[in-house]
Amino acid sequence: MTDIPREEYILKCTSACAGCSDSLTLRYVLKAAGPDTVLVVPACCTSVIQGIYPNTAMNIPVYNVAFAAAAACASGMSAAFKAVGRKTNVIVYAGDGGTVDIGIQALSGAFERGTDFLYICYDNEAYGNTGMQRSGSTPAGARTTTTPAGKGQTKKDLDAIVAAHNPPYMATACASYPKDLFSKVQKALSIRGPKFIHVLSPCPPGWRYSSERSVEMGRLAVRSGMWILYEREFGKVTINGPSKAAMIKPVPLEEYLEPQGRFKGISPEARALLRSVAERNAQRLKKEEEGIC
Amino acid sequence: MLTVATGNKAVAAAVKQACPSVVAAYPITPQTEIVEQIAEYVTSGELKSQYIPVESEHSAMAACIGASVTGVRTFTATSSHGLHYMHEMVNWAAGARLPIVMANVNRALGPGWNIWAEHTDAFQERDTGWLQVYVASVQEAYDATLMAFRIAEHESVLLPVMVNLDGFLLSHSMQPLETVEIGDFIPPIRLPHAIDTAHPMGYGTLTGPDQYFKLRWDIERSMRDSAGVIRQTEDEFAKRFGRRYDAVEKYQCDDAEVVVVAMGTLGKEAEVAVDLLRNEGVPAGSMRIRWLRPFPRLDLSGRDVVVIDRDYSFGFGGVIARSLAATERAKPFSVIAGLGGQEVTYDDIAGFVRSRRPGEEYWFGVMPDV
Repeated sequence: MTDIPREEYILKCTSACAGCSDSLTLRYVLKAAGPDTVLVVPACCTSVIQGIYPNTAMNIPVYNVAFAAAAACASGMSAAFKAVGRKTNVIVYAGDGGTVDIGIQALSGAFERGTDFLYICYDNEAYGNTGMQRSGSTPAGARTTTTPAGKGQTKKDLDAIVAAHNPPYMATACASYPKDLFSKVQKALSIRGPKFIHVLSPCPPGWRYSSERSVEMGRLAVRSGMWILYEREFGKVTINGPSKAAMIKPVPLEEYLEPQGRFKGISPEARALLRSVAERNAQRLKKEEEGIC
Repeated sequence: MLTVATGNKAVAAAVKQACPSVVAAYPITPQTEIVEQIAEYVTSGELKSQYIPVESEHSAMAACIGASVTGVRTFTATSSHGLHYMHEMVNWAAGARLPIVMANVNRALGPGWNIWAEHTDAFQERDTGWLQVYVASVQEAYDATLMAFRIAEHESVLLPVMVNLDGFLLSHSMQPLETVEIGDFIPPIRLPHAIDTAHPMGYGTLTGPDQYFKLRWDIERSMRDSAGVIRQTEDEFAKRFGRRYDAVEKYQCDDAEVVVVAMGTLGKEAEVAVDLLRNEGVPAGSMRIRWLRPFPRLDLSGRDVVVIDRDYSFGFGGVIARSLAATERAKPFSVIAGLGGQEVTYDDIAGFVRSRRPGEEYWFGVMPDV
């Protein structure tokens, strides 16, 4: 694997919260993509952490666009670059609300049309920018400002929806595993067509854990099996090392839930729901990897 | 070349000649033929564009925005509900200073479902920062579309332009069409703020109260400057191709004591009504407003005014009648007619003039005959 470059494309003057894993994700995404890249960003935390006009903390062009519009905007950009023979990378960088909820129509359209771009969803499992309201991506049992008693429904299976479009490349990642994230972005950008990377993005104020624990939270998500690192290249699934290990010997779910205020007082039913979703996902991916389904 | 075409085909023919790099569009009655024809041109190789068959109008405008900001020419077309579904991005396109050209085939809004002509769809977008022109013939649909690219992309404008044509009355009517060899009438596009990865910039970044209003003022400044660019472009068009247009098309107005003001095809119908009235000895004239934005001056002083609005602002009135009351201090007889494709003949228009009641509002077909 190539070394992670020293160049920085997200500079040291962001207005991100302390311990924000979104900015960490962005850092490795952009190092992998390099300078000939345009980021398309719908309304999300990243619209804010760039800083305030006329300044920006971003060292590549960033096109900020309306909430539901990112994938469609990127379709236009990708087509325009094709029209003039430019090879510039077009990357949508969107939160979970802008992806699984309001942006899913544009996402589906862009993937169905075979748009040449990379869509990255950084998922902090709620509407973070507006102060943590539930999204379709919020897991069962999590308290948000609009689910004060804990969410009664399970997390929307975004990856299954994206997989239904048969993209040439899709993967999950987490900035707690930076080399894995870096190489997945590089691999995605080496392939033509619509690519997708779903990144778990632990959020200290939203998940209510101490801000120095973001990297640890990402690792606990993977080790407990709540977040599975895998790739699907031209339909072939590979479960990545850390998740392979977690499937053999997971850390108890409680170790992941306990530090998070959002799961405080979670009901046994919601806890069972979380466990069953994680197990179902693991079983499905294992079968896919073995080529059974 | 002289041919016969529908309004939709005329728009598509002009787009082919303007040769946008990217066309993103979603079909909607009665605009459909425009996007079908463009798809045909692209498939046959007559038009070298990237054609994006998007999944919605919101995405159509979003795709045009993404394409346009890279510095290439873009086009889309829509109508009615489609225009309103993309409303958020219609604002975005103007705020982002992107010279996108869009044809809007004017159609009423539901419910109930109605596919026929009305101007309310585009009028509701009048405050978005788009220039808007309304045409009255197939020929004018073609000519205005060609001019729209040159006006939008002019360095003093850099705002999107909407070309409006009445649903079915123009979109599906066959009329003679003379196409031209455009030569260098539309210069190559040059967007000063195009994305350049060698010189990275933030676009649409969070903008505080200390800066935002300056950007709004900048839009208004360009909107004001656009009136001159429009005049210049229409002069140049007349010089090269022999057809002259003005912001307001005046007919028999010099000695007119009563003037009918209308837009789109009703503005043309009013000219026939004027002939009829003049035969009866009524000194009538008509003014067809072509540009809704920037809104023109009309010089109505000292005459009776009959305004026909094919639109309505509920709780306020006919948009053109109320606008002229504000900008011209006119006290018009405000006729609301033609909503949802309601038939309005030159006889009807002559009737409005004969029995005008300045200062009053009259809903044609609803209120007792005047």
